[in-house]
Amino acid sequence: MMTDPTMPSQAAAASSPETPTQLFHYVLQLADTSLILAHRLSEWCGHGPILEQDLAMANIALDLLGEARSYYQYAAELEGKGRTEDDLAYLRSAVEYRNPLLVEQPNGDFASTILRQFIYDAFHYHLLLQLKSGPDAQLAAIAEKSVKEAAYHIKWSSEWVIRLGDGTEESRRRVEKAIENLWRYAGELTTPSATEKALQAAGFLPDYVAIQQQIDAHVVRVFEEATLPVPQGVFMQKGGKDGRHSEHLGYLLAELQYLQRTYPGLQW
Amino acid sequence: METLELTQEEQFQARIDADMRIEPKDWMPDAYRKTLIRQISQHAHSELVGMLPEGNWITRAPSLKRKSILLAKVQDEAGHGLYLYSAAETLGTSRDQMLADLHSGKAKYSSIFNYPTLSWADMGCVGWLVDGAAILNQVPLCRTSYGPYARAMVRVCKEESFHQRQGFEIMQTLCEGSPEQKAMAQEGLNRWWWPTLMMFGPKDSESPNTAQSMNWRIKRFTNDELRQKFVDMMVPQAEFLGLTVPDPNLKWNEAKQGYDFGDVDWEEFWNVVKGNGMCNKERLQARVQAHEEGAWVREAALAHAEKRQQREAAKAAAA
Repeated sequence: MMTDPTMPSQAAAASSPETPTQLFHYVLQLADTSLILAHRLSEWCGHGPILEQDLAMANIALDLLGEARSYYQYAAELEGKGRTEDDLAYLRSAVEYRNPLLVEQPNGDFASTILRQFIYDAFHYHLLLQLKSGPDAQLAAIAEKSVKEAAYHIKWSSEWVIRLGDGTEESRRRVEKAIENLWRYAGELTTPSATEKALQAAGFLPDYVAIQQQIDAHVVRVFEEATLPVPQGVFMQKGGKDGRHSEHLGYLLAELQYLQRTYPGLQW
Repeated sequence: METLELTQEEQFQARIDADMRIEPKDWMPDAYRKTLIRQISQHAHSELVGMLPEGNWITRAPSLKRKSILLAKVQDEAGHGLYLYSAAETLGTSRDQMLADLHSGKAKYSSIFNYPTLSWADMGCVGWLVDGAAILNQVPLCRTSYGPYARAMVRVCKEESFHQRQGFEIMQTLCEGSPEQKAMAQEGLNRWWWPTLMMFGPKDSESPNTAQSMNWRIKRFTNDELRQKFVDMMVPQAEFLGLTVPDPNLKWNEAKQGYDFGDVDWEEFWNVVKGNGMCNKERLQARVQAHEEGAWVREAALAHAEKRQQREAAKAAAA
């Protein structure tokens, strides 16, 4: 399914000459986001609190890694310069990475990992629901496949937020701490970057207002069951989608890219 | 006093000799039960601890495809751990008890995981050699006398053969790659060859449990038989890869239609078994730490389940 970058979609009425490049950047943003979160989750492998949850986190990491690969492959096609999925993942520096700040945050304790996942899943699931009926056929196909996995992810993380919020005093204290630390990264997910704004204007991306409403409704439902207060008036950090990251991403990429950077141009 | 009636023990042995499976509700000698609990839990612990040396490279895997395969492989090992803990539980122990024995150092796990994984080639060596040795040990266990263990092993073996192929493929890619990659592969083989031969356990003459385990058909081949089989299988594969097996005494023996090979460093073997391997402390600490740091999570899940149950009971009572 090669896509001609000059003709991204038949259905997009308002596309402009910049649209193919913007679409490339956006698909790359999706790819980076899935990869970085998969990487963080994979750090748990072998160290989970319960064997069953070790398996669950590896499962989600594998889903996200698969999704990331689909996006990178599509981005490479859109770019049309002969780069591969691995070139895009392993040979771009932190300032070129476009993932939102949330997903690069360190795992912390299990409550932090759960909360990071919950915030992301609420966005990811509702975004994919829109993308799967969007005008770009390739993106729609990837979303169609991934939304089934994301439906499981959001169920898993929501159930754990409820367990931890309405569990013991300690689990509640820990999940509250995680909310305090991580909620400030939620806003960036639905705050469109310049690229996203342009693609929204061109009819390629859904408006995030509706998605935000669906996220809010889900959060209220889960937090109520978890007996947790819904955070209000939190100052939201942003920058990741424009390449301005937290200090954590550099270390993550140093590890992720180590072999490709040490031995350039080899097959593995 | 002679009797025509067979004793329970004789009936049990007769079933084993007829190659019939023993199931959880069947009578079994206490020693058989204990041996199985020891062996199955040791096997389960090996899967759990075995996640660590490979987990060490998930975040550094050199391509997205390799990362995905490695993560899936390590996840399979967690799955094997689950089947095996469940199989052991049918003998009347609990996962909590088995884990407590692992954490206290009472229960053992395969010594091979006390060796460090130092380069990407080690992911190849672990798959190709370590999983290769594990398969030789495990395939006969698909026919082991205890039903739940045999059935768990059928599933484990299916996945292990996939693991071994991916390990060999990593080695092959390295050997067909740059001189640095080929050197990486050879260096890996140099470190992993002898520890892998140790995976089959002590020499038959020093393995006191072998005879009883063979008689109970828990074990189907002796340690030395399996070690010989492994060498015969692996040497041609190393040659195919263009790698040198680090054993100056390795030589084809036409008469026995197998390789003669040098003696394992048994001092090293017993040292690692006793806890003096490079990573014994780290591996156990990592498991203990994961368990201790996970305690509040397990407590929360339990507390929430109880609250939910109480609420549902109250709802039912009110209805």
